[in-house]
Amino acid sequence: MKIVYLDNNATTPLHPEVLEEMLPFLKEDFGNPSSLHQFGRKVKVKIDEAREKVAGIIGADPSEIVFTGGGSEADNLAIKGVAFASKEKGRHIITSQIEHHAVLNTCKYLERNGYRITYIPVDKYGMVKPEDVAEAISDDTILITIHHSNNEIGTIQPIKEISKIAEERGIIFHTDAVQSLGKLPLNVDDMGVTLLSVSAHKLNGPKGVGACYIRKGIRRLHPLINGGNQEMKRRAGTENVAGIIGFSKACEIASACMEEERERLISLRDKLQNGLTEKISHVRLNGHPTERLPTTLNMSFEYVEGETLMINLDLEGIAVSTGSACSSGSLEPSHVLVAMGIPYEVIHGSLRFSLGRENTEEDIERVLEVLPPIVEKVRKMSPLWEE
Amino acid sequence: MREEGLYSDKVMDHFENPRNVGKIEDADGVGTVGNPVCGDVMKLYLKIEDDTIIDAKFKTFGCGAAIATSSMITELIKGKKIEEIKEITNKTVTEALGGLPKNKLHCSVLAEEAVEAALKDYYEKRG
Repeated sequence: MKIVYLDNNATTPLHPEVLEEMLPFLKEDFGNPSSLHQFGRKVKVKIDEAREKVAGIIGADPSEIVFTGGGSEADNLAIKGVAFASKEKGRHIITSQIEHHAVLNTCKYLERNGYRITYIPVDKYGMVKPEDVAEAISDDTILITIHHSNNEIGTIQPIKEISKIAEERGIIFHTDAVQSLGKLPLNVDDMGVTLLSVSAHKLNGPKGVGACYIRKGIRRLHPLINGGNQEMKRRAGTENVAGIIGFSKACEIASACMEEERERLISLRDKLQNGLTEKISHVRLNGHPTERLPTTLNMSFEYVEGETLMINLDLEGIAVSTGSACSSGSLEPSHVLVAMGIPYEVIHGSLRFSLGRENTEEDIERVLEVLPPIVEKVRKMSPLWEE
Repeated sequence: MREEGLYSDKVMDHFENPRNVGKIEDADGVGTVGNPVCGDVMKLYLKIEDDTIIDAKFKTFGCGAAIATSSMITELIKGKKIEEIKEITNKTVTEALGGLPKNKLHCSVLAEEAVEAALKDYYEKRG
């Protein structure tokens, strides 16, 4: 059975060239970049090159890149880093209701520790209204953190407009761009962001490595991990050398073919969306119709439950994810779909298909062949369908 | 061999090949429990003669565990006396399925409640 992996927003397979690039640093080039002898120096040069590449893909200066242990750590560094450093100035943070848990739960942690958080609602497409952000600002607002694009529905936020508001009020603006990196052109100056989080494993890089962009001149930022002088004293600990090298290679590959890849993925995504809409009744798109990641399609299949669809697809070798409560572990349905005002019973029937570089036309055709009979079978079993 | 199963083989068997799916047109008792907002609804149809469940069918909207428990409970009650099935609890169903993940145990409660609701309907209809 051919395996069709359509869960690339969760993680992506390592690019073979990325692996090749990483291997020497897991073998002979094992030096510690902080060491002054040849073993260390050799690796140090490579880390510097990697920093340039990662900076390059987002239009930053290498000195503005701090490598972290992933996207979640980058989010924590940005948010707690600002919060701890600015607590005398203010304790108010603005975020959205549909952030990734790395942002949301970091804000909730701060909320339990004396900070005030405003969670901005979104419209039915999962879009934040910049004017809502402007209205939420108060004298003690120290940070605005709104993600660049959403992992569940793919909706892309009006980042430029929000950053303009932040800039006018002199507030630090952070964006979690984990899902956008390598898929959309990102330029920190165009976007006007102060802080930005990215992760390697969403663009065919290794897990356990990410980066936080910290705009030059930002002094008010506490490190999360204290220790040695690595990463300009903003993240102590001996560097994840192989991970960092792999991350930079992944960035290089992604940026070299971003435009063609974007068009290719949009065409596959839309083929899947149109095909499912044609072949199955009572389906709806969750997310913005146009302002959406090329990789992401989230749809609800009414009168059926998402986990049941997901397992049926899994049995056919197709990997997707669902926003249904039953699969979340917490029995809470997707907070993103809830915030968009989608009725709970429709949320329970949601599936997310997220595409990546390995997906082909054939994969899409396979889903279009396999899913309609599954939905039909499961609907026949549903007491809601007959009523 | 299933890799690090989300569910036991028994659960997967009942999920993939659910027994007794459908409705009984002239059912003697029908019970609907759960709520689509919460993500699971089970409708159970019983055909009863001489205080014995001679047929049981179900329709379920829900996750894998909800479907498997629905299927299993119909198997457990078919051919049994009403007195006997009153002994069947969600624990019986869970055990018959070789266990359920912790966060799915509530699904088995749904099955138990569906039997109660269908029997209540049977007694009400009988007067």
